[in-house]
Amino acid sequence: MQPADMIPATEFCVHHKIELSFIHLLEQHGMIETVVIDECVFFPLSELDRLEKIIRLHFELDINLEGIETINHLLQRITNMQEQIVSLSNRLKAWEGDD
Amino acid sequence: MEFIDYYKVLEIDKNASADQIKKAYRKLARKLHPDLNPNDKEAQKKFQQINEANEVLSDPEKRKKYDQYGKDWQHAEHFEQAKQNQSGQGFNTGQNFGGGQNFSGEGDFSSFFESMFGGSARQSQAKFRGQDLHAELQLALVNAMVTHQQTLTVNGKNIRITIPAGIENGQVIKLKGYGAPGANGGPAGDLYITFQIVDHPQFKRMGNDLHTTVPLDLYTALLGGETTIDTLNGKVKMKVSAETQSGTKVRLKGKGFPIYKQEGKFGDLYVTYQVTLPTNLTEKQRVLFTELSQLK
Repeated sequence: MQPADMIPATEFCVHHKIELSFIHLLEQHGMIETVVIDECVFFPLSELDRLEKIIRLHFELDINLEGIETINHLLQRITNMQEQIVSLSNRLKAWEGDD
Repeated sequence: MEFIDYYKVLEIDKNASADQIKKAYRKLARKLHPDLNPNDKEAQKKFQQINEANEVLSDPEKRKKYDQYGKDWQHAEHFEQAKQNQSGQGFNTGQNFGGGQNFSGEGDFSSFFESMFGGSARQSQAKFRGQDLHAELQLALVNAMVTHQQTLTVNGKNIRITIPAGIENGQVIKLKGYGAPGANGGPAGDLYITFQIVDHPQFKRMGNDLHTTVPLDLYTALLGGETTIDTLNGKVKMKVSAETQSGTKVRLKGKGFPIYKQEGKFGDLYVTYQVTLPTNLTEKQRVLFTELSQLK
């Protein structure tokens, strides 16, 4: 029985035309966590977005897994900095309004 | 419709080899891919251009046609028609370059491409993710402090979204798959909603804290007492110490803005007292104030 909020890796691989070994490779690299239930591999639905992005970067742009990890790390840093900019500009706007 | 120089788009020579085209495309795709440039409309536009250029230049037949007609592409159809009439059966352009009935992802390629190669020319091409869409949503400060649902209409589709309490001005949330549909069966893009929180006349938000200025009458400020102040959650009674100066700031812990995605946690409310002097003094008040002034 398929657990709620989990995606069977085999179905995902068929849909994206990739081999199951790719999912295992991602797991070995620590890029995704899978769960084995009744000899079937599943991964959480919440990981779907991230996994599809990894596939696009790997197969469309030929970026290796180390490169993808670095890119994800840098993109996360950019996102954090953008959030910080938004927060700081809101604070600045509030101070400027005092004048 | 403007002529597009695909060689220029891929930054290559007109006599570039197939390998050079592939290399140039890969180099630019790695730079402009939407996954590497989230929220960058300019990069997305350029990415579509290089895809289009690659589609034409990496296909020997399409490249030949493009090179042959180039800037005179507008006359290409007439020329093909004339050729067809001459040879009777012609080149079967309806299958190769014309038609376009089976293609459902219009709008991803330029009208120049459509005009020159037709819609069906893309049928066998790779899947492309749809374009990301961007929208802005205005929220009043009071609405931003409670988690609530709102229905938006984007591209004729109704989308019901949950807006978490504490969302910040300028914050962007992504709705996966609500962007433009993908091309050739590719996934749909995402919808990015930027929130604009409208300023409140009484409360100023600074991060998770709220700031407000409250008038305090002279007598309460001097002798102490109680005052009722408005918060965004209702009224609060506060004790005022004797001899409170104008400009005194007090903090009401946990009466500020809810902290984004941290249920039950709130910032603080800072209240600045502005002492107001009485006006239109009665004769008796004037006498008493004069007496007071002489006591100094």
